Amino acid sequence: MTATTAPLTRTPVRAARRPPARLRAWATRAPLLPALVFLIAVTQLPFAATLVISFFDWNALYPKARRFTGLDNYRQVLTDADLRHSVWTTVLLTAAVVLASLVLGLLLALLLDRRFRGRGIVRTLLIAPFLVVPVAAALLWKHVLYNPEYGLLNGLSHYVGGPQPDWISRTPLLAVEASLVWQWTPFMMLILLAGLQSRDQQQIEAARVDGAGDWQIFVHLTLPHLRRYLELGALLGSIHIVQNFDAVFTITSGGLGTANLPYTVYQSFYQAHENGLASAAGVLVVIGSLVIATFALRVVSSLFREEVSRA
Amino acid sequence: MRAVRRHGPGLLAWFAGIVFFLPIAWMALTSFHSEADAAANPPSFTAALTLDGYRAFFGSGGGASPWPALANSAVASVASTLLVLLLALPAAYALSIRPVRKWTDVLFFFLSTKMLPAVAGLLPVYLFAKNAGLLDNIWLLVVLYTSMNLPIAVWMMQSFLAEVPVAVIEAARVDGARLPVVLTRVVAPIALPGIAATALICFIFSWNELLFARVLTGVVAETAPVFLTGFITSQGLFLAKVCAASLVISLPVLAAGFAAQDKLVQGLSLGAVK
Repeated sequence: MTATTAPLTRTPVRAARRPPARLRAWATRAPLLPALVFLIAVTQLPFAATLVISFFDWNALYPKARRFTGLDNYRQVLTDADLRHSVWTTVLLTAAVVLASLVLGLLLALLLDRRFRGRGIVRTLLIAPFLVVPVAAALLWKHVLYNPEYGLLNGLSHYVGGPQPDWISRTPLLAVEASLVWQWTPFMMLILLAGLQSRDQQQIEAARVDGAGDWQIFVHLTLPHLRRYLELGALLGSIHIVQNFDAVFTITSGGLGTANLPYTVYQSFYQAHENGLASAAGVLVVIGSLVIATFALRVVSSLFREEVSRA
Repeated sequence: MRAVRRHGPGLLAWFAGIVFFLPIAWMALTSFHSEADAAANPPSFTAALTLDGYRAFFGSGGGASPWPALANSAVASVASTLLVLLLALPAAYALSIRPVRKWTDVLFFFLSTKMLPAVAGLLPVYLFAKNAGLLDNIWLLVVLYTSMNLPIAVWMMQSFLAEVPVAVIEAARVDGARLPVVLTRVVAPIALPGIAATALICFIFSWNELLFARVLTGVVAETAPVFLTGFITSQGLFLAKVCAASLVISLPVLAAGFAAQDKLVQGLSLGAVK
């Protein structure tokens, strides 16, 4: 990043003849407006509608019985054992997948940061899981790897005389998580690798001359430098995994206690036609995301300030 | 000990690479097996290769043809990507090249809409589409995918456009160039690789999307991922076909992703990592 990302410090482009200030202000804002108006119309209005619907008892099959119930839907979502379970599943799924893929991604990034023969090929092999269409990846795990009869996992286990479990019914949530960790580790690796390669090599040389070992360099130089990258990976991963639908829908169809909130929202209006309840669950997903987002925006804005101050 | 220190990490990396790639390699191999060999227990590594899985997938095997779904996905992804560029480019220009007051606030607003989960607006969109007769209409997906990718595109592009030196733009304007000329002749050539990366990521996200497509389309506007969900319950009878289908549908994303690995990282991290 060079001195270019500092629009704050720039002086406005001066034209030869300046139109009146008001007109100029609008001319500056005008290019922003189409995108802003479009986004507000397509994302904010529906959410506002969801918020309103969440206060109604509204089953799509009995539209005449629609009535205002205040916070009843929320009470129901939070007290209903199944729904509460899906809140918990969402937290568990997100935390487990983000942490595991972050740790694995860090290890892989550290390996790939070294020079060795075929590094480019290994990098390409490692990126591949992230580039498989999510539904296809979920199908791959469900049928090709996990299947107890002819899946690859049990096939390989067979050759060494290992056990032949039915992975999905024995450890359903873990099965979903494993597939997601496989998909997201490459993403974490890519971000952390970029972080590793932006380290100050002179500083590392200096530390080495002063007699620091690999481990000391890792703990005192590399990890602190990687902090922003770890944060960035964690928050971008969380934003996507909190909303995961494809893997849950495909691998277990939300069964065996793996229904997360997005799946529950989908099911409660698409199959149970409970519009009000689905909306309340949707609003809860938003609240959860807001917690992550607040943290996320702080990280992003700190990245930003760093860029501006460096300029 | 010395040899381990020297070659160990490289070997370990190769091992990890192979482990991560193994499921995809196995999927590719299975897609070229006959259904009987694909379902063999224990799995066969040496079975004869055949194109039956692909033939079955492309419709001569009795199932529905995947071509309409692939075409729908192509239309939805390409059209929404173009629409995103059309909307994001001027916005990013306003945010990066000509200073807008409170520009960080505006940027944050864009980004915050990305953190609004898709399920939060799904029901109203569904009800609206149903009442307006827009269910099972591919253009509704185009609009939704545009809104889904617009925040990311604005962010990415403002960071790419910010790399265009201001002096060059000023010089062009002093020479009397108007905004459209500045955009197409000065800004675009410098920012083009970044714009291409943005387009690529928007394309991938739209191509991959399942939830909206699943809820809002049916027979006519079905996209490739929705088509794939038809295989969810197939009890392994058509394993080669499932593998062939998954690979064919992933192919555009795999090709695009491999071709632009570095840009992909930069784009996915919203330009924050360079």
